[in-house]
Amino acid sequence: MNAKQKRWRNRILVAIVCFVAIYAAELTGLLDQTFGERALYVEFVLFLIPFVLAGYDVLIKAAKNIAHGHGLDENFLMTVATLGAFALVFFPDSEPHMAEGAAVMLFYQVGELFQSYAVGKSRKSISDMMDIVPEFANVMRDGKLEKVDPYEVSIGDEIVVKPGERIALDGIVVDGKSQIDTSALTGESVPRSAGAGDEVISGCVNMTGSLTVRVIKEYEDSTVNRILELVENAADKKAKTENFITRFARYYTPIVVGLAVLIAFVPPLLFAGVWADWVLRGLTFLVVSCPCALVISVPLSFFGGIGGASKAGILVKGSNYLEALSKVDTVVFDKTGTLTSGTFEVTDVVPSGTFTKGEILEFAAHAEALSNHPIALSIQRAYEGRLDMKRVAQGEEISGHGAKAEVDGKIVLAGNDKLMYMHGIDYETADLVGTQVHVAVDGHYVGSVLIGDTVKADSAQAIVDLHNVGVKKTVMLTGDRKEVAEAVADSLGVDEVRSELLPEDKVDAVEKLLGAKETNGASGGLAFVGDGINDAPVLMRADVGIAMGAMGSDAAIEAADIVLMDDRPTQIASAIRVSKKTMRIVWQNIIFALGVKFAVLVLAAFGVANMWMAVFADVGVAVIAILNAMRALRINSKN
Amino acid sequence: MKRSFKLKDLDCANCASKMECDINKLDEVNKANISFMTSKLVIDSDAEDFDAVLDKAQLICSKYEPDCKIVR
Repeated sequence: MNAKQKRWRNRILVAIVCFVAIYAAELTGLLDQTFGERALYVEFVLFLIPFVLAGYDVLIKAAKNIAHGHGLDENFLMTVATLGAFALVFFPDSEPHMAEGAAVMLFYQVGELFQSYAVGKSRKSISDMMDIVPEFANVMRDGKLEKVDPYEVSIGDEIVVKPGERIALDGIVVDGKSQIDTSALTGESVPRSAGAGDEVISGCVNMTGSLTVRVIKEYEDSTVNRILELVENAADKKAKTENFITRFARYYTPIVVGLAVLIAFVPPLLFAGVWADWVLRGLTFLVVSCPCALVISVPLSFFGGIGGASKAGILVKGSNYLEALSKVDTVVFDKTGTLTSGTFEVTDVVPSGTFTKGEILEFAAHAEALSNHPIALSIQRAYEGRLDMKRVAQGEEISGHGAKAEVDGKIVLAGNDKLMYMHGIDYETADLVGTQVHVAVDGHYVGSVLIGDTVKADSAQAIVDLHNVGVKKTVMLTGDRKEVAEAVADSLGVDEVRSELLPEDKVDAVEKLLGAKETNGASGGLAFVGDGINDAPVLMRADVGIAMGAMGSDAAIEAADIVLMDDRPTQIASAIRVSKKTMRIVWQNIIFALGVKFAVLVLAAFGVANMWMAVFADVGVAVIAILNAMRALRINSKN
Repeated sequence: MKRSFKLKDLDCANCASKMECDINKLDEVNKANISFMTSKLVIDSDAEDFDAVLDKAQLICSKYEPDCKIVR
């Protein structure tokens, strides 16, 4: 509680004590005995004490609002309702309702205080979650270490990150070795190790050893700053449900107030109803007419959902995307970088003659020893022995074809079909390949090395999870040959494949899927998952664009609606789960709040509900809705 | 130009949406947004005198919530 809330609380406590004392005096007949006939007037004045004590700020605000010429806010409504309850004593044949008037004001204030406390609490827990801001950076300047604001560090500066400190800016490690805790950004609890040459991301915490990092991005462009901006601005993009509630609130209050006036005046005037009864019913309507429970709990639920998701490394750029995601029933993957790791690896070696697999790999690795092409690197990694450069002579890289070198005095060629064709060597085409590197020794074909993009360990699980959260169709887009694509799709359990696509065909493929949905009249949305490289147009075109493994990739963060910070495809199902949970909470709140309010209105119209129930329908419901909304913040990665 | 400000003592969600609505009606403002949860006001305006726009916005805020202050 802050100071303002504490003063507020104390004031309410004093008022409650006052009220209880007076109420007890009335019930025990003490007042009647002491004051006899004038007891009613004494009670009237006495109950005004806790009333004013608890609610004077409400009365003042109401008066100011009338002066400004817009009356229908909650303060005004409460004031009219409670003062009205007091005034009922002046009506002929009326029971006194002073205690009720004072109690309603008290109850209202208790509810408001609790509401303010709960909102403050949830604001704080959301901002704590976003507590990834580095406060300072230790910069090496003229051989001395200086503590400066991260904004003052420029590209190329070297910063030192000590154990326990947050990495302030994105950079590359130049010295040191350490474990890095990325959990605040990715939700991944296993630390990463970082050593010289590794890229590190701002916002992560350095755990074990001191690191010297060369800065590669200004603070403004750094990952941590982008994430913060993204989450803070997420509230700008309001969901349809949110806008609907705001519009609804604008009509709800005037309508209920109108009804209140009708109920208070029409039956007594036209049908000789008892004034006091009908006015009381009208006043009860006024208490219910505040839309606060709805207006507060819907955005709070969305915000909780976005906050909770970001803790799990799922960045949602707006409530509207969270809403759209909950309706997704088709998920389209761009294979590379999402279901597969996007890095090349040797999957097999196919001998074609007398050489063994190991020997072929040995020749290929040495022939490509001088190249740093990703494919060459994957072959070098796969070769288990040590590369001995003394065995290699006249190595050359033939761009777009492969490599040629003298290994142990033999001419070795390693490369694609074109290279073999160039040298007039017959080769065999393997059935299942990503990329095939042919190897020839002294002009004779000896076999080939198969290189594929490895499927991620949890890709199959990701597809299962997606079906479990209600996704009806999963589609994989890839540039691979049909047989390869289908084999991968089969092993993962993907429902549909579109293969042999050029990058520019992918937009068409998604357009077609969207078109097919429209003609089928399907209501669900389509999500596209890409790795953020070259797929910005598709990310934009889909109902929900999801970029994954996007730590540090600006283009992906820009184009996508939802950004997965690490590259586990199971996160997609987690994101959908979060969105569904959030939407469930949103609708629970809407239905609960409207249901209770409507029920109390009906009961009040028939004279069953009293003001106590009405004030519960107002602040009680608001508090319960807020507590419910806070559940959206809690994200269990498993549930 | 789009600028964002913290709103101090913003306690009422319904008021926030009314403020947002009224600030959007100002001629100088292209788009205004109030997030009740982050207590943040974002104003997009091409006006030369941004402070004058803020003064008007502050008047609107005070009208609905007397305590509420735009932190500049």
